[in-house]
Amino acid sequence: MQTQTGIRRWLTSTNHKDIGTLYLCFSFAMFIVGGVMALAIRAELFQPGLQLVRPEFFNELTTMHGLIMVFAAIMPAMVGFANWQIPLMIGAGDMAFPRLNNFSFWLLPVAAILLVTSFFVPGGAAATGWTLYPPLSTQMGPGMDLAIFAIHILGVSSVIGAINIVATILNLRAPGMTLMKMPLFVWTWLLTGYLLIAVMPVLAGAVTMVLTDRHFGTHFFNAAGGGDPVMFQHIFWFFGHPEVYILILPAFGIISEVIPTFARKPLFGYRSMVFASCAIALVSFCVWAHHMFAVGLPVGAQLFFMYATLLVAVPTGVKVFNWVATMWEGSLTFEAPMLFAVGFIFVFTVGGFTGVILALAPVDIQVQDTYYVVGHFHYTMVAGSLFALFAGTYYWLPKWTGHMYDEKLARWHFWLSMIFFNMTFFPMHFLGLAGMPRRIPDYPLQFAQFNMLSSIGAFGFGLLQLLFLYIVIRAIRGGAKVEPKVWDGAKGLEWTVPSPAPHHTFETPPVVS
Amino acid sequence: MSASTHSAHRTLLLKFGVVAVLMFGFGYLLVPFYDQICKTAGLRDIDRADEIRSGGIDRARTVRVELDANVNRLPWRFRSETPIVNVHPGELVTLVYDVENTADRPVTGQAIPSYGPPHAAAYFRKIECFCFTQQAFAAHEKRQLPVAFVVDPGLPKDIATLTLSYTFFEVEGNNR
Repeated sequence: MQTQTGIRRWLTSTNHKDIGTLYLCFSFAMFIVGGVMALAIRAELFQPGLQLVRPEFFNELTTMHGLIMVFAAIMPAMVGFANWQIPLMIGAGDMAFPRLNNFSFWLLPVAAILLVTSFFVPGGAAATGWTLYPPLSTQMGPGMDLAIFAIHILGVSSVIGAINIVATILNLRAPGMTLMKMPLFVWTWLLTGYLLIAVMPVLAGAVTMVLTDRHFGTHFFNAAGGGDPVMFQHIFWFFGHPEVYILILPAFGIISEVIPTFARKPLFGYRSMVFASCAIALVSFCVWAHHMFAVGLPVGAQLFFMYATLLVAVPTGVKVFNWVATMWEGSLTFEAPMLFAVGFIFVFTVGGFTGVILALAPVDIQVQDTYYVVGHFHYTMVAGSLFALFAGTYYWLPKWTGHMYDEKLARWHFWLSMIFFNMTFFPMHFLGLAGMPRRIPDYPLQFAQFNMLSSIGAFGFGLLQLLFLYIVIRAIRGGAKVEPKVWDGAKGLEWTVPSPAPHHTFETPPVVS
Repeated sequence: MSASTHSAHRTLLLKFGVVAVLMFGFGYLLVPFYDQICKTAGLRDIDRADEIRSGGIDRARTVRVELDANVNRLPWRFRSETPIVNVHPGELVTLVYDVENTADRPVTGQAIPSYGPPHAAAYFRKIECFCFTQQAFAAHEKRQLPVAFVVDPGLPKDIATLTLSYTFFEVEGNNR
C-alpha cells in the first residue's frame, strides 16, 4: 500500500501508529495550553490581593484549566497510548475500526477550538468550575454554550474511541492470547473502555439538560419551575466519579508494565491485579455522592457513600502492594521509566490517602471546597495519571522512534518534576486545612507564604515540561539505535517487532503459547 | 481481514452503540428517579408554600435594617430610597431601589444579595426581589426596582441590626 506523505498522511491516516502519534501530540499541545492557564492562576495567587486578572477571568481560567486538562490532555494521551500499544501488545494488525479511529481523533481539535475561542465571546468562557454546576451554568453567557458543544463533541469522540478499543481487544487478540494472558495495560484499557461507553453519554445528557434549561424553557435545574440544581450534581458525579477512574486505570496499566520490566520479575499477583481493576471499575458507580456530602444528604446516604468510598481503598491497596511485591528481591535498575513508576507509587499513594480522609463525611464537610481537595486530586491526576504518562513515554519512546532518549536529561526531568510537583501541591493541604477556599483569586495574609511556595513550584514544574518536549524531540530526530527488545527485562509482543516499529506490524498474527 | 472478524466488529459496534444511546437516556431517567427518591424520603419540599414560622407581627420588637447598594464595574447608579428602615418582625415591608443605566448602550445586570450578620440570612424572607432575575436596562434607562420582605419573628434576640447588601454584576453576552 502506498503511504501518503506530508499533511495528507496525517489528515487521512487510518494507521493506528499515526493516529496514536496524533493523539499524543494533540494532548501535549493541550497540556501546554491548560498549563499556561494554571500558571496564570498561580501567578495571580503568588501574592494576596488582585494583581493580574479580574476575578471573573480567574474563574474562567480555573474552569478551562480543569476541562482542558481532563478532556483534552490526559484522556487523549491515554487514548494515544492505547492506539500505539494495544495492537502491538495483543498482536493485532491495526485497530478494529481504522476509519472511525481517524474520525474520533479529528473531532478533538474541533472541540479544542470551541473551548479556546469561548474566551473571546461576550461574557467570556465558562466560569463555573469544570463541574458546570447550575444555577451559574444556566445563567451565564454564550461561553457556556460553546463549552457544552465542546463536551458533546469530546463525548462522541471518546465513546467512538472506547468502542474501537474494546472491539480491538475483544476481537483481534493473537491466537492463544486469552483474556487472562493479556498484558495489564490492555486489561485496564478494556475496563476503561467499558466505563467510557457507560458514563460519557450520561455527561452528554446532563449538559444537554443545561442547554435546554438555558434556551428552550425546560426546568430541570430551575427551582422556580419545579427543578432542582442539586440533581445536576447527582447526574454529573454519576459520570464524574467513573471519569476519575477512566483517567487513572490506564495509568495503573502503564505502571504494571514498567515495574516488572525494571524489576526483572513477572508482575506479582497478576490475577489479583485484574480482579482489583474490575472491582475499582464496578465500585466507581456506587460512590458518586461522596463529592456532595455538603449538599444536605440524609445520614443514611452519607453513611452508604462513605463506606462504599472507603471500599475503593481495598482494591487500590491490593495494586500498590502488588507493585511493591513485584519489586521485592528483584534486580532493580532505575532508568527514567522506572523512576517515574516508583515516584508514581510514592506520590499517588499520598493522593490515595488524602482520598481516604476526604471519604469520611464528617471530615469532608470541614474541608469541602478548600485547597485540601485541590491538593488531593492533583496528587492523583498529576502524580498519578501524568507521571504514569511520562513513565510510559520513556518506556515505549525507543520502540516508537528507534532511538534511545537522553537518559541523563530524563533523570533530571524526573527528579526536578518530583521536587517541583511536591513544592506546588503539598502546601495546598495545609492551606485547605487552614480554611483557604478554592476558586478564589484573593486570600487573607496568613496564607501568603504557602501560596508563594506553591506558585514558585508551579512555574518550575511548568517550565520543566519544555525539557520533556526537548528530550522527546531529540529522540525523534536521532540518538543511539536500539534493539527490538529495548529493555532487557521486557516481556510482551511489542518487543518482538523491530525498533522503530514499522508502519505495518503483525499483518499475520503471532501465536502466543 | 476475514469476513467473520468483520461481522464480529459490526456486531460489537452495534451493541456498544445501543448501550451508549441507552446510557444517554439513562441520564434523563435519573430525573424522575431522583424526584421519586426525594418524594419517598421526604427530602425535598420545594412545592410547599413558604410560611413564617411563628406567626403574627411582633410589635414589641423593632429591628433596624440597613440597605446597602453596590455595583461591580457596571455603568449604573444604584441606591436604596431608604437606606435605613426600622421594621417589626413579621411585618411585610416593601422597599424601592433607584437604578439608572448611565451608559450609551443597553446593559443587563444581576444583583447578588448578601446578609450581615451572615447567620441572619435564614430569617430574611424575601417575597419579591429584583435579584431573582436578570435586569435589562436600555441606554440611559431609569427604573425603580422593588423588594418585599418579612423579617422572621424567630430572629435571635441578640440581633438588633440587619444588613441587606446588594451588588449588581453585569451579565455579559446575555442581553435578551
